[in-house]
Amino acid sequence: MILLELLIGFLKIGFFSFGGAYGAIPLIREVVLSYSWIEEEKLSYMIAVSESTPGPIMVNMATYIGSTKGGVVGALIATAAVVLPAFLIVIILTNLLKNLVKNGAVQSMLGTLKACVAGIILATGVYMILMNCMGSVTSASVDIAAIVMTAALGAVYFGSRKVAKNGISPIVLICLAGVTGVFVYGW
Amino acid sequence: MKLLFDLFLTFSKIGLFTFGGGYAMIPLIERDCVDKKKWITHEEMMNITVIAESTPGPVAINCATYVGLKKKGFWGAAVATLGVILPSFLIILLISFFLDRFLEIKWVASAFRGIKIAVGILIVDAAARMIGKMKKKPLQIIILSASFAAMMSINVFAIRISTVVLMLAAAASGLAVYYIKRRKDKGVSE
Repeated sequence: MILLELLIGFLKIGFFSFGGAYGAIPLIREVVLSYSWIEEEKLSYMIAVSESTPGPIMVNMATYIGSTKGGVVGALIATAAVVLPAFLIVIILTNLLKNLVKNGAVQSMLGTLKACVAGIILATGVYMILMNCMGSVTSASVDIAAIVMTAALGAVYFGSRKVAKNGISPIVLICLAGVTGVFVYGW
Repeated sequence: MKLLFDLFLTFSKIGLFTFGGGYAMIPLIERDCVDKKKWITHEEMMNITVIAESTPGPVAINCATYVGLKKKGFWGAAVATLGVILPSFLIILLISFFLDRFLEIKWVASAFRGIKIAVGILIVDAAARMIGKMKKKPLQIIILSASFAAMMSINVFAIRISTVVLMLAAAASGLAVYYIKRRKDKGVSE
């Protein structure tokens, strides 16, 4: 049963994830939480692990979640499911519908679709930062340490682009945040 | 057979050495498949990037599938795709066996509490980059703001509406606007 859920869940993720890995995160979050596969907290950790290990982030998350819920077989099914839609769509597009992507109606549709995905990702990021700083949106508790860390790390990450051309990479930011976490929350 | 093996090997090398997901892979694919092996032309590579951005799924998968298909048909596509995911599959599988126990160590748990903050920043950054590259016509801006507002309410009030519904609505409005515009243009020219 869990294997079937993994298959359906990750097929859905693979089919509706536009805009690269971060475009898939809102949908992964939705699917994972609705099946209660892993907690919200763990999902954040997993995004960081997927970003810091080689390979496509979406595929890494599928492998991890599949493995924790259904062992090696689960990992195989979830990974295959997340990859299959992209694989088939490219084969169909290059063989049959070469000019489909250039079609005016398709272009117009993709334009609004990308705007929508950008809005969804932005809302997901903002919401995750709010959750980090307040524990939950409904409770009024405030985590001062988290707010200071968000401000400081954000300043370093975006500020580094003003100094160097590309700024610091996501992996460097993750390492910095890990070290800061150890100092702030203890060891 | 030799080419299949070569496709597999090249793409597993690309899969093993790219951190940070699909977009980080594009320069590597370009170097290996266009410059070194001359499997595809530079122009084809540009086309792949457009297809990858316009189709769902991991960008790396789209690229591997396309190159494999061009060189060796369906089996080429299958082998290249398998190659690009195999290294990370094995690495993550290994990590998944011990991550839980690893998180019980105090300093690791603290580190991840910090890392959680970095993840929030990275996601906002990904959105900012997308918005930067986007065409900023009124329609796009309206959809961007509407989907932001909708997604925030879905999260805050725990409404059970799938993001898929939002995306389908956005795609439908893009189509509708296109056909309304075309009708209007025709009306003018007649």
